[in-house]
Amino acid sequence: MKNKLLSLLFSLTFVSLSMAQGYVAGDKAIDFKLKNIDGNYVSLADFPDAKGFIVIFTCNHCPYSVAYEDRIIELDKKFKPLGYPVIAINPNDPEIQPQDGFEEMKTRAAEKGFTFPYLFDEGQKVYPVYGANRTPHVFLLQSENGTNKVMYVGAIDDNYQDETAVKEKYVENAVNALIVGRKPDPNFTKAIGCTIKKKN
Amino acid sequence: MLFLPGIAVFSQSVPIVDFEQLQPRLQLSNDTTYIVNFWATWCLPCIKEMPAFQKIHEEYISQKVKVLLVSLDFVKHIDSRLIPFIEKHELTPEVIVLNDPDANAWIDKVSPRWSGALPATLIFNKNFREFFEQEFTYLSLKQIVESNLVKQ
Repeated sequence: MKNKLLSLLFSLTFVSLSMAQGYVAGDKAIDFKLKNIDGNYVSLADFPDAKGFIVIFTCNHCPYSVAYEDRIIELDKKFKPLGYPVIAINPNDPEIQPQDGFEEMKTRAAEKGFTFPYLFDEGQKVYPVYGANRTPHVFLLQSENGTNKVMYVGAIDDNYQDETAVKEKYVENAVNALIVGRKPDPNFTKAIGCTIKKKN
Repeated sequence: MLFLPGIAVFSQSVPIVDFEQLQPRLQLSNDTTYIVNFWATWCLPCIKEMPAFQKIHEEYISQKVKVLLVSLDFVKHIDSRLIPFIEKHELTPEVIVLNDPDANAWIDKVSPRWSGALPATLIFNKNFREFFEQEFTYLSLKQIVESNLVKQ
């Protein structure tokens, strides 16, 4: 009986945890003020001309993030001139994952030649509000009258392993949809990724 | 060289499957309690909880409990990272590599509640089925297995 109760309690706790809400398409996204690798603080409000943002929670250590680095650079190069810059945010606690420290972020960005802000979610306050639960995890935003509306949440494309074998470029298709005034379809995808590292 | 035929016996290999091949094993419903853990050598919390799966595997070896470790390591890292990890930690449960990069197509088939983050574990038998996107300790894993074993 005790075991049954314990396991019930356990499952209830788990269900409530797993139901913690993150953003879905249609939600209004919060702005933030986070430190960039150049030492300056960056907010979405700093880009008054942007039509939207490709916000990507990513990091240094995760092999899935690493596998997508070149594709993230390509997304920025392609869509920044069209009004949709990439904003990358490292959500990990460097005390748990030392490779994701601020100095290490600077080093990695320089090595790869990141063309976009690479921000540090100091105190881990932003990613839980967005509902990021892995890296990389994309939130595509559309700016409207000073607010940022979530239009797509999920993976970059359907093949982390082999760029040449990609069949669906989810993010690229989603931004292209926004550019022509359509809603992205799909507006939600899942992917395998690294958990976001936080203290228990 | 032909006189040393035994030499290759020591090299280990890990089967590679796609989701279609894995799926029937996730749908078994019988007296055995299956513990299917999705993990990877690059996943810190996965590595941390691995001893719990090893210990449960050993502890229940004579009972109807089956531990299956489904690695999501990249195929190119099987020889350089996965096999050395298995050998170093002397993992004895069955290990397979799931190589199916279009994860959006199959994550929901494991469980609609899975976000895609690792580690993730599915525990099931004919009476019980539960999905866990969390890290286990030996005790939390044992508690779930013990309280859900199919009574013989």
